[in-house]
Amino acid sequence: MNCDSDKIIYMDNNATTRIAPEVIDAMMPFLNDCYGNPSSMHTFGGQVGRALKEARAKIADLLGADPDEIVFTSCGTESDSTAILSALQTFPEQRHVVTTRVEHPAVKNLCESLTQLTGHKHRITRLMVEADGTLDLDSYQEALTEDTAIISVMWANNETGVIFPVEEMAAMAKERGILFHTDAVQAVGKIPINMKDNQIGFLSLSGHKLHAPKGVGVLYVRKGTPFVPFLNGGHQENGRRGGTENVASIVALGRACRLVGDKMEEENTRVRRLRDKLEKGLLTSIPKSMLNGHPTDRLPNTTNVSFEYVEGEAILLHMNQYDICASSGSACTSGSLEPSHVLRAMGVPFTAAHGSIRFSLSIYNTEDEVDFVLEKMPAIIANLREMSPFWKDNE
Amino acid sequence: MWEYTDKVQQHFLNPHNVGELEKPSGTGDVGSLACGDALKLTIKVDDNEIITDAKFKTFGCASAIASSSVLTEIVKGMTIDEAAKLTNEDIAGALGGLPKEKMHCSVMGREALEAAIADYRGVILPMAEGEVVCECFGVTDLEIIRAIKESELRSVEEITNFTKAGGGCGKCEDRLREILQQTVEGLAADKIKPHKDKRMTTLQKIKKIEDVLEREIKPTLKKDGGDIELVDVDGDFVTVSLRGACSGCQSSQTTLKEYVEKKLREQVIDTLIVEEDK
Repeated sequence: MNCDSDKIIYMDNNATTRIAPEVIDAMMPFLNDCYGNPSSMHTFGGQVGRALKEARAKIADLLGADPDEIVFTSCGTESDSTAILSALQTFPEQRHVVTTRVEHPAVKNLCESLTQLTGHKHRITRLMVEADGTLDLDSYQEALTEDTAIISVMWANNETGVIFPVEEMAAMAKERGILFHTDAVQAVGKIPINMKDNQIGFLSLSGHKLHAPKGVGVLYVRKGTPFVPFLNGGHQENGRRGGTENVASIVALGRACRLVGDKMEEENTRVRRLRDKLEKGLLTSIPKSMLNGHPTDRLPNTTNVSFEYVEGEAILLHMNQYDICASSGSACTSGSLEPSHVLRAMGVPFTAAHGSIRFSLSIYNTEDEVDFVLEKMPAIIANLREMSPFWKDNE
Repeated sequence: MWEYTDKVQQHFLNPHNVGELEKPSGTGDVGSLACGDALKLTIKVDDNEIITDAKFKTFGCASAIASSSVLTEIVKGMTIDEAAKLTNEDIAGALGGLPKEKMHCSVMGREALEAAIADYRGVILPMAEGEVVCECFGVTDLEIIRAIKESELRSVEEITNFTKAGGGCGKCEDRLREILQQTVEGLAADKIKPHKDKRMTTLQKIKKIEDVLEREIKPTLKKDGGDIELVDVDGDFVTVSLRGACSGCQSSQTTLKEYVEKKLREQVIDTLIVEEDK
């Protein structure tokens, strides 16, 4: 199969990223002749075990963590489930969970099905967000009770890129003796993270969001945090996660962590400038367009812009004609019939929520690409508005 | 990504008959911004009752735009009677099919056509009547029953795909299952209340509405410091203005629909739709 990725303008990096060429190089031997099982006694397997250890160290290095605090999983969703269910099993008498209204489905839908999974009725507090997508720390403080078993708050939102003050929140939780989990799938690799400087108990990350392959994730478990495995089985990961390791992808993730660590400054300077140029260009050249999310407390690569009175799927398919890839929070693209729960929680009016487009950049984007998108977007929106029965009153 | 046929793609990327006819013979306006899709269809009908022209304006996804575009192509040249028999399956068929989750786009096309024909004939559509089952998308039991019968729907998921009912908060799922069962068993017809005599002059109607407002509704609202005034009556649409504590009250919409509309339907005509003057 040939996907012709060379001609693609890929601005959907919060959905997934390209595997970096150097990452592919690093993982290939483990798909070819280095096929030993890292748990084996022979040298053939043992050398693979050493590669795992090196990868673990690189990942720990990016997070400012100890290698022992890294548990490999199959994806971000598994990491989230492991952390939350572990806490509920550790404190079976505590039946309260605090989260937000804007979590990724990996946490949101898990919280909604806790009763089914644990057989206990859990009370869930879903913290509201402001119109700019930020959290109110006062209501967070008020939500914490003696009964709270775990708090799960994402580090950065996948749709808007808005960053939450999870380090501050984890400190407040620590004071009350409550476990804190963060889904940092969008944050790791885009903003500096140092676990030595905070009191977060669990952190989830996903390989394919930072130029490693799909199908590998990590759960960071702070030393001393009580832990109950999600997958029971062999002694892999010190008994914390059964199942033979996805060696090639773990090695790839190690290499990718080194890469995004090296590129962190570029992400926060060049990529941020490209994002800002794109955002400003769209907002100035297209009338009735608006930014969704806080203007500065945001990942450097993400912008979510609404074009009022037009529908997101229609916009995306016109962009697709020019090989521009992005995402939308509209109902028609979400598989459900309602627009994004994130935008609705922020109170974005329906006129705008259906027409929201998320552009998420990476180190592989260029200024030419941004210019091309800026050249094409105004006509796409104008063309669809021409067709919209709601537009004529608002010209 | 949805698997769209070439025909859908063609009609989406190069839609035919975009716009609005001047002095149309009939206009069909369905859907809303909140629901995520809306279609305004205008048709021109000649003396022989043949549709000579049709134009559309659509807010919505690719399949909504494609359904609208192909609809305008299909109806041109048809007589009004022929057009009235058009089903959503005909529209989807002309596009070479739609993904099942998108069938409601073809239903929207059929609804707009029906509304335009009703407008041309000067009659009121029966579909707006009935009990609203899905509050998120404002879908009535009559619309659901019709979709079940016409498209032979056999699951709640299919009902959602075709009518959007149940696609929001999902609270009406049990009710949808019930309607499905009743309809499939052929019992639905018995369950629908017969309508009261609708032949009433507008003056009579206004008088009766005012009477109920004065006698029953106002005294109840005043207990909570609120009040209500009749602003206009147009066909089945009753426009009122909420006063006092009611204005700006968060649950005023519930009061309007659950109390005022219900009372007026019980005592005047069971097809009335109460709206707030804004």
